[in-house]
Amino acid sequence: MPQPHPRLREFKYTLYRIFRNPAAIIGFTLLLVFVTMAVLAPYIAPPQYAHNPYLMPHKGFSPTPKPPSAKNIFGTTSGQYDIFYGVVWGTRTAFKVGFFVVCIAGLVGVTLGAIAGYFGGIIDEILMRITDVMWAIPTLVLAMAIVVAFGRGLDKIMIALALVGWRWYVRVIRAEILTLRDQDFVQAAKIMGVSDAKIILRHILPNAIYPVLIMASMDMGSMVITASFMSFVGLGAAKGFADWGQMVALARNYIVGPPDDPLKFWYAIVIPGGCIVLFVLAWNLIGDALRDAFDPKVRRK
Amino acid sequence: MLAFITRRFLLLILVLFGVSVLLFGILMTFSPERRAATYVSSPQQAKDIPKIIKQFGLDDPFYLQYFRWMKEVFKGNMGWSLVASRPVWEAFWTYFPITLEMNLFAAPIVLFFGIWLGTLSGIHRDQWIDHITRILAIIGWSLPTFLFALVLLMIFYGYFQIFSPGVLSDQLKMFIMDNPDTFTRYTGMYTIDGILNGRLEITLDALAHLVLPVMTYVIVVVALNMRVMRSGMIEELSQDYVITARAKGADKHTIHIKHARRNALLPVITVAAQLIAMSMEGSIAVEVVYNRHGLGWWLAESAVQLDMPVLMCICLFMGIVFVITNLTLDILYAYIDPRIRLN
Repeated sequence: MPQPHPRLREFKYTLYRIFRNPAAIIGFTLLLVFVTMAVLAPYIAPPQYAHNPYLMPHKGFSPTPKPPSAKNIFGTTSGQYDIFYGVVWGTRTAFKVGFFVVCIAGLVGVTLGAIAGYFGGIIDEILMRITDVMWAIPTLVLAMAIVVAFGRGLDKIMIALALVGWRWYVRVIRAEILTLRDQDFVQAAKIMGVSDAKIILRHILPNAIYPVLIMASMDMGSMVITASFMSFVGLGAAKGFADWGQMVALARNYIVGPPDDPLKFWYAIVIPGGCIVLFVLAWNLIGDALRDAFDPKVRRK
Repeated sequence: MLAFITRRFLLLILVLFGVSVLLFGILMTFSPERRAATYVSSPQQAKDIPKIIKQFGLDDPFYLQYFRWMKEVFKGNMGWSLVASRPVWEAFWTYFPITLEMNLFAAPIVLFFGIWLGTLSGIHRDQWIDHITRILAIIGWSLPTFLFALVLLMIFYGYFQIFSPGVLSDQLKMFIMDNPDTFTRYTGMYTIDGILNGRLEITLDALAHLVLPVMTYVIVVVALNMRVMRSGMIEELSQDYVITARAKGADKHTIHIKHARRNALLPVITVAAQLIAMSMEGSIAVEVVYNRHGLGWWLAESAVQLDMPVLMCICLFMGIVFVITNLTLDILYAYIDPRIRLN
């Protein structure tokens, strides 16, 4: 009987491990919903301004949110922006922020970490001391300082978070590589005269990449939280841009309704806020399931 | 041990130097004209900008300006804060106690619940109590602090009308403003000052205002602590010495609490630095939403109003706190676990 390629077999086993976990199924289902929403955004909520579909349509300027009706199925938030439209297009914004930040940060972090871990010595020392410096200031605080220096805007927030986010990956990948560097298969490749770049890319990284994947998944969530908080504070895109953090900010003055009905405007906070929570939850559940599936200590138990 | 501490201490100075260069680098991305504009107070003076640039040497090479800036920082001159309309260093000390107070109340709760629930979860692995705490942890981990704070405010302030935002009720604030000589601000923390001045109503009022912020904080931060404690417990419980203890018939309580938990606490120390970074970030969101005028609120407000000197000051402060805690933790760790020291 022909045996399947061992890598394929392991991959199948990994998939089996992941989908045995109910949390992972919830996570992937949520993610699927968000992906569908982002991809089909122009059909679910047809844009009103052809030049910039991310602009939320609004009828009137009244600051008081209006409850859900036939025309605005999720109601309108302060400034009469349609919540449904904002939620749908905000999904695209969230994916854009998450993917951009995690891809850039991951790429930079993995490259630097791999170089530091593989070559060691003075290169390692210099790179790690630079990382230590970056490490000393909390993500949000440093990102805020960079946004202020570059000027406001969602694109600036994304750049700032990418500039700050890479430091996590450096430490994780370096620690992985330090344990792999002296193993026999790497030594063998070296003796056979394989180039350093090829050893890193073909032999070391595939074995060291799993913790990075887990972290990237968790990071998607936390970066979206951080970005939406900066939007909430007022460092994000201009008013009316479909962005969950900004939608929460718009409704901020309406968390308390009139005395006879204190929770009157709940929808203006809970709907965009719920989207942030579910989006982050999806990525965290997936990250957690990946951890269970990849961790060699519990993998075969 | 002494060599270990010396090495770590030298590293600390290096990192702090790096942090200051990094921060100054961010500041220098502003053009000399923009930085000169902070010295200008009226449109008529705008034509003096080239003169100001010359006078303060704002177009000098990077290293010259950096050393000039560092000299001022060491003298305690961090610049002028637009938001506080006071010198940054002076304003810092009025905002700092508010943040410190909240952290002093939240930290023990985070530690207690994190360790307690993590231990329970680890002992009863894969039983219902473990599943519940894990689900709660992952939900707490996914909650954005600012959103959770808003929802709590909506429920408790809006619906039940029991807790209100701010640091102190308006009445008491007015009372303190009107009678500055009967109420001395010893520490800047109202809960403690209330006791020191013998005015318990102020302490109680300040405590009532702390309930929601501390609650927000604990629920968002406790997840990490719990998770680390849980995996530490699971790891220790599978060690040989635990099996030996079980085999010789030691009772469960002794094995779990006396043997396993003491060792499982070690990883919690390693993430303590991360916990501190998280609580710094958390305090920004909490203070913005609950309108508590502490360091976090000041930082957010300064970011919106482009008040760069404040951002520099708080970044530098947080860098110093973080580096010093790291050093302390390393020493503590080496003290507790001899294997580290000997390496």
